[in-house]
Amino acid sequence: MADPRACPDCLRRSWLLAALGPYIEKIATGEVGSRSPELLRLSNEDLVEVVAPKVAVAMLARVEALSEERLHEELLAAECWACCRHGALYPDSLRDAADAPWALIGRGDQRLLEELEPFGTVTIVGARRATSYGREIARELGQDLARAGMVVVSGLAFGIDACAHRGAIDGGRTIAVLGCGPDVAYPASHRSLWRQICERGLVLSEFPPGATPWRWTFPARNRIMAALAGMTVVVEAATRSGSLITTDLAADLGRDLGAVPGPVTSRASAGPNALLAAGAHVIRDAQDVLDALLGPGRERIEPARPDLDPDLEAALAAVEAGHCTCDAVATATGLPGPAAAATLSRLELLGYLSCSNLGTYLRTLSPSAGGRAL
Amino acid sequence: MLATARTFTLDGISARPVRVEVDVHRGLPNFTIVGLPDAAVREARERVRAALVNCGFEFPLRRIVVNLAPASLRKAGPGMDLAIAAALLSASGQLEWEGLAQVALAGELALDGSTRAVQGALAIAEAAREGGAEAIVLPAENGPEAALADGIGVVPVEALGQLPALVGGEWDPPRPRPLPLQLDPPAGAPDLADLRGQPHLRHALEVAAAGGHSLLMIGPPGAGKSLAASRLPSILPPLAVGEALEVARIASACGRLEAGLPGGRPFRAPHHTISAPGLVGGGAPPRPGEATLAHRGVLFLDELCEFRRDALEALRAPLEAGEVLISRAGGRRSLPCRFMLVAAANPCPCGRGEADPDCSCSAYEVQRYQGKLSGALADRIDILAAVRQPSAAEIGGAPGEPSAAVRERVCAARERQESRLGAGRCNAGMTPAEARACPLTAEAAALLAELYARQRLSGRAHDRALRLARTIADLEDAESIGEEQMAQALQMRRRDRG
Repeated sequence: MADPRACPDCLRRSWLLAALGPYIEKIATGEVGSRSPELLRLSNEDLVEVVAPKVAVAMLARVEALSEERLHEELLAAECWACCRHGALYPDSLRDAADAPWALIGRGDQRLLEELEPFGTVTIVGARRATSYGREIARELGQDLARAGMVVVSGLAFGIDACAHRGAIDGGRTIAVLGCGPDVAYPASHRSLWRQICERGLVLSEFPPGATPWRWTFPARNRIMAALAGMTVVVEAATRSGSLITTDLAADLGRDLGAVPGPVTSRASAGPNALLAAGAHVIRDAQDVLDALLGPGRERIEPARPDLDPDLEAALAAVEAGHCTCDAVATATGLPGPAAAATLSRLELLGYLSCSNLGTYLRTLSPSAGGRAL
Repeated sequence: MLATARTFTLDGISARPVRVEVDVHRGLPNFTIVGLPDAAVREARERVRAALVNCGFEFPLRRIVVNLAPASLRKAGPGMDLAIAAALLSASGQLEWEGLAQVALAGELALDGSTRAVQGALAIAEAAREGGAEAIVLPAENGPEAALADGIGVVPVEALGQLPALVGGEWDPPRPRPLPLQLDPPAGAPDLADLRGQPHLRHALEVAAAGGHSLLMIGPPGAGKSLAASRLPSILPPLAVGEALEVARIASACGRLEAGLPGGRPFRAPHHTISAPGLVGGGAPPRPGEATLAHRGVLFLDELCEFRRDALEALRAPLEAGEVLISRAGGRRSLPCRFMLVAAANPCPCGRGEADPDCSCSAYEVQRYQGKLSGALADRIDILAAVRQPSAAEIGGAPGEPSAAVRERVCAARERQESRLGAGRCNAGMTPAEARACPLTAEAAALLAELYARQRLSGRAHDRALRLARTIADLEDAESIGEEQMAQALQMRRRDRG
């Protein structure tokens, strides 16, 4: 294990940001809020002067007074470790950014950070309010990329983020970047997912243990997500969405952008479709990501699927055509109701389809040995 | 002078015997009723006084005390008027009725002395028979209903003034014809032929009816969920005579027999704003709820996610036990409620479903909404059917198979279940041991084992799949469960855990 200690000055910066949370929140709302990373380029003194001029001196003095031992005690108490921009553990990909975090506080598997390289890392972002299509794709992408040896970075939020993490967690190769302290499970209902990632993956943050999230901390953590990975993939996002902040930041850093196409009528896919129109890589499956990131020619992850019974083929084609209930499949294929039910059941068992808890079917990207894991 | 008469007070859906003791003696003119009467019983004083006078009797200007025994039981309702009046006539010497102790009386009195119907006449007649009464005297309107009870004389009277003729033997009214028990759904009831297209939904309904399985339909508004549910009674097997009597007893106790028995199995669709006591019964004195009214029939909960959580929670135990237990300070009462649960829900609060671009529900709203589907009642649901908007071609297409044809298959499947499990039982009620003892072909067993291993099915889900598969096999008259039937059952199962 590398020396977990980071230099105290960089660590104090994290504590200072946490202390400034409410002050930055006050001035960084609306349009400015999404540009909070720009504020973070400022030095400690300038930052305090800009956001909290009245308490500037006291604030700086209070943070300065934090002793190195005290900082490390707090880290240890929260089962966290830290690295700073002067240390070897700090990922080189972050150094590209002018507003890079001074220190990173981590909880979980440190090796993920040691071995991190941009071309082995993919950030998956997307809408919190995702459709089952988006969730399924995010999960499959996460799962297949982790299986192919990639590290999947996301933000633990509802929807796409959580699905990408869940897909990748079995391979243990996932990093959650948080807008609060790494020991804070936010959103709270993702506590068990957060715990799994702490145990088998890695949770990173630029904020100290116990720091609460603010609106401005999410764009701030997005810049870390964008910088960590060689490619940022948007699965679903509305046109005005936080996920698109991440892609903007990634584009500024010269990272690759990918987007999963969706129906042109779907609001949830408007963001990625617009990115595609602007020239982002088309991401249909994990292979597309690997091709874009590593160059074409990598071996296909999944072999071509075997031939199926004619009934199964017909039902699969019907689901692919968008017939998502058993009734619709029966009508589309002309199969009697009971036979259609049996056929869908077999396809689900073979891994070609997944069924939501509302009883609607979706085509999976590839038949997988693990069955459904949503 | 002292006289006693027998009557009954309704408690839930059963009648409790009450002895009316009337004492008339000298003193200041007064009329008192003691023995925990409720307001309606206490007001009997005025009705009885007016009825006596208007029928040409004399209201004794003496001290009259009416005691309703047992004194500890709360008495409710106006059904004791007739007994009080008869005992008062006897006590004041206006009516020499030696056999008064051998008959039971029930009925409300109008001021002119005519009788008015009471609730629960069937339960009262049965309780009178259990209590050893030779006959029951009650309002003429209640006659056909009370005549459903065998082994007791039924004497319908229209007015208090008929009592002297009855006692004197000059008048002996014939036993009324009992209310006809309607075992089959009435003609003109909603027919499954109205459900056009939607082959899977039809199949799910048929399987649910054949095995008595509970069914949850999820789909956008207007997709035909309520239509499908309301057709369910028409494909269920006819009521047995005993079952029809149970249904009649409940309807009688709730005063729902005035228009005659509705016929066939009950179908109850309470609104989602219903309270927990409204759904399972309760109140003081305890009244049957919708669950009891749906006994031997179908309880349809439309908009399942909109129901109050406490109401759904209250339904869990009765669903399992087949009876509602209401425990109050005054004692415990059990009300029967063996019904088939059918529920419908929208995919999200706005009903459009996430695939629709116009759906404006937030992720949190959807999560909360669907959370209700997986909580509360969900582990009592056997079949999940996703319903979608039928296409124009389906709506304009030929009518579906009529109820009668489907019902024939359902009845045949039920017969097979009864011959295997015993009378009155169906596959939904199989114990885990019985479900696991169902013979499976090797392929079906392999299919189930694979799913069990892969998707970490719970033991309960495993047994539920077996029960469903058994019902599908019964519908096809198969000895053991085949692969095709198992695959269908697995498709119909619920997807959330458990």
